Amino acid sequence: MRFVDEFRDPAAARALVAAIAELAGTDSYAFMEVCGGHTHTIYRHGIQHLLPESVELVHGPGCPVCVIPMGRVDDAIWLAEQPGVVLTSFGDMMRVPGGRGSLLEARARGADVRFVYSPLDALGVALDNPDRHVVFFAVGFETTAPSTAVTLLRARELGLTNFSVFCNHVTIIPPLRAILRSPDLRLSGFIGPGHVSTVVGSRPYRFVPEAHGKPVVVAGFEPLDVLAAVAMLLRQIRQGRCEVENQYGRVVREEGNPQALALMARVFELRPHFEWRGLGFIAQSALRLTDDFARFDAERRFDMPGVRVADPKACQCGEVLKGAIKPWECKVFGTACTPQTPIGTCMVSSEGACAAYYTFGRMALR
Amino acid sequence: MTVADRAGRTERADRTDRPNRRDHPDRADRADRMIPAGRTDRTTDRTGVTSRTGRVSQTGQANQTGQTKWAGRVEAEKAGRGDGTRGGNMRAEVIQERAAHGDGEADEALVLARVETFRRRRPRALGEVVTAAHGAGGSASAELIEAVFVDAFRNPALDALGDGAVLPLPSGESLAFSTDSFVVRPLRFPGGSIGDLAVHGTVNDLAMTGARPLWLSAAFVIEEGFPVDELRRVAGDMAEAARAAGVEVVTGDTKVVDTGAADGLIVTTAGVGLVPPGRQLSARRVRPGDRVLVSGTIGEHGMAVMIARGNLAIDAAIRSDTAAVNALVEELLAAAPSTRWLRDPTRGGVGTACNELARDSGLGVLLDECSVPVRPDVRGACELLGIDPLHVANEGRFLAVVPPEQAPAALAALREHPRGRSAAVIGEITEGPAGIVAMRTALGGTRIVDMLVGDPLPRIC
Repeated sequence: MRFVDEFRDPAAARALVAAIAELAGTDSYAFMEVCGGHTHTIYRHGIQHLLPESVELVHGPGCPVCVIPMGRVDDAIWLAEQPGVVLTSFGDMMRVPGGRGSLLEARARGADVRFVYSPLDALGVALDNPDRHVVFFAVGFETTAPSTAVTLLRARELGLTNFSVFCNHVTIIPPLRAILRSPDLRLSGFIGPGHVSTVVGSRPYRFVPEAHGKPVVVAGFEPLDVLAAVAMLLRQIRQGRCEVENQYGRVVREEGNPQALALMARVFELRPHFEWRGLGFIAQSALRLTDDFARFDAERRFDMPGVRVADPKACQCGEVLKGAIKPWECKVFGTACTPQTPIGTCMVSSEGACAAYYTFGRMALR
Repeated sequence: MTVADRAGRTERADRTDRPNRRDHPDRADRADRMIPAGRTDRTTDRTGVTSRTGRVSQTGQANQTGQTKWAGRVEAEKAGRGDGTRGGNMRAEVIQERAAHGDGEADEALVLARVETFRRRRPRALGEVVTAAHGAGGSASAELIEAVFVDAFRNPALDALGDGAVLPLPSGESLAFSTDSFVVRPLRFPGGSIGDLAVHGTVNDLAMTGARPLWLSAAFVIEEGFPVDELRRVAGDMAEAARAAGVEVVTGDTKVVDTGAADGLIVTTAGVGLVPPGRQLSARRVRPGDRVLVSGTIGEHGMAVMIARGNLAIDAAIRSDTAAVNALVEELLAAAPSTRWLRDPTRGGVGTACNELARDSGLGVLLDECSVPVRPDVRGACELLGIDPLHVANEGRFLAVVPPEQAPAALAALREHPRGRSAAVIGEITEGPAGIVAMRTALGGTRIVDMLVGDPLPRIC
């Protein structure tokens, strides 16, 4: 397959692994891959078993589904249960447990919940069902926020009155900052997110080397991308450099995608604070609709309960998201919490560290 | 909603849009829950496919027990006990192996051993009403079968392994008997229709027991308002498929129900065939070192149906592989008479079928990613959607386990047949880790191939 096979070439992978082993030498390194997409790639291709033992990959908070707190899921369920409402969302939100079950369970109870591939599909549902109110449950980092912005602009153009967005878009930099400030930080560097960076660019990560002395390499999602990023991080450390490098130059530009950023600026503004699952409240870490789009804002149109729900006691998603523990170190991993019966969000999405580890990585064949 | 179970077994009907049921919540709720197989949504649909409704029987099993059919259930329990012992061995092995890498790793091994034990635990007690989860192919489904159907019908014939019951006859032959219900949306898709599936599904189930399929029954539940022309075409497809497979539809039934009660059309077929004396196919006969073969490229049916639904914005000329495999099975068994085990990897795909093999045999399965035949267009569509081709449904392929010395002859025989040109050896049976399907990735790493859990939902970024 063109444009894919090139990035999965076994010979090139062996060469990179050899280079990594040589660069790493006898020292130990822990690199955090911020993005859930990388976590998925690492497990799906068995990369963690290819790396020398001295190089550890730590999974970060960049799975957009995993960071949604339970209270917000409950709000979405509440919305879905309102008379005349159709709730739409991306597929991987459907099984995320809130305090009152998941959206799939709400549907089993009779709520009209549908999954869509894009927010524009949700708009289509609204056009096809003029007598219903269609809410799009928007989640994701800067990767998916521009498409929500486009959808809202389109909805305004069409003068739709039966469409709104329950906005849960979050931004990538604040959680990264939170992790860097954590006292038990034991990371040697970061593999920067690829898709998010296509929008925000590689520039916003500069504070990581400048203020915290950790190198960043923005990377693509194919296995060779991840291996190359690890090699680049090690090379920086070996050579005494500490900077933001871009391994994903075929897609990511330093300044990002100004058009997408402009669209987002027209539609969204920063929330003063937002709760992250496991990470707690983080200031200016999420987006909401501006006053111009108030009539498309589900939070303003509906009197949502907005109740904060504490994570289940046994669940250690927060520690997993911060990279403080490995998925298997969680007390309920694989027993009470499995992909079939998830307690925590990390076990839901295939990008979640626990689900990826459970599904692909449980066992090394040597 | 979902399914995944064994190849093709548990399935729920696919219906895209749930009508708004708020008007009659009680009634709707009950209706929904009573017919798990008849419900759906897009989520579900992502596996592709045909939902075969009637298989409440099989609804289950994704993770716990071996077989989806009741017929296999009893056997599965036995295998499950076997697993327990093996699980213990594995734990010891892993700990030993990991001990070499320091204490931390030994801890991980302990946790993983506990996880394995949990994966195999028996289903817990059933709730008060049937829910969507009972149709989802997971432990809840296993629970439903165990607590309701196996409990009600338990008998020696349930001991039969495989895709249908195998009942010994005085002549030395055995009678194979299988049934299956089908719902698919759309009714027609590139490469086939519900009619083709209804015949192929049952013929293939019989073939997987080693039987030569002979006769089918066909029952139709038709919604009021269904076009007669369309029905005629479905019947025509079935007649053609039956002719091609060398079987006859010898009895049938029709029922007409209210609009909305049957998702258009539900077709149920049952079939009987004869297993020649001496043919025995069972996961218990599988040995370490045996080879795993697949009869052709994988993932085409599920992907063709998904694309035919028209909401993916993907345009690809992928056609369903739906076909009867009985002739190909005969070729294989002639060339490799010691073939141990056969299975058609329908819903849940090759990955799920291999997991059932690992669980039922109490052995490990090691697949080689580079050897698994996937057409480039199917691979491309899977990449775009973030779906593993190993979890996508097939309707005209089968997996075979053959002893290593007969593998070359088996492969040659398959490849000589027009339907088996892309057959391949995709892996082998290993002593351990027991119950685990692992894959050597193209990159040279290893990973686990798990059962499909729920539906393959598309990832958001």
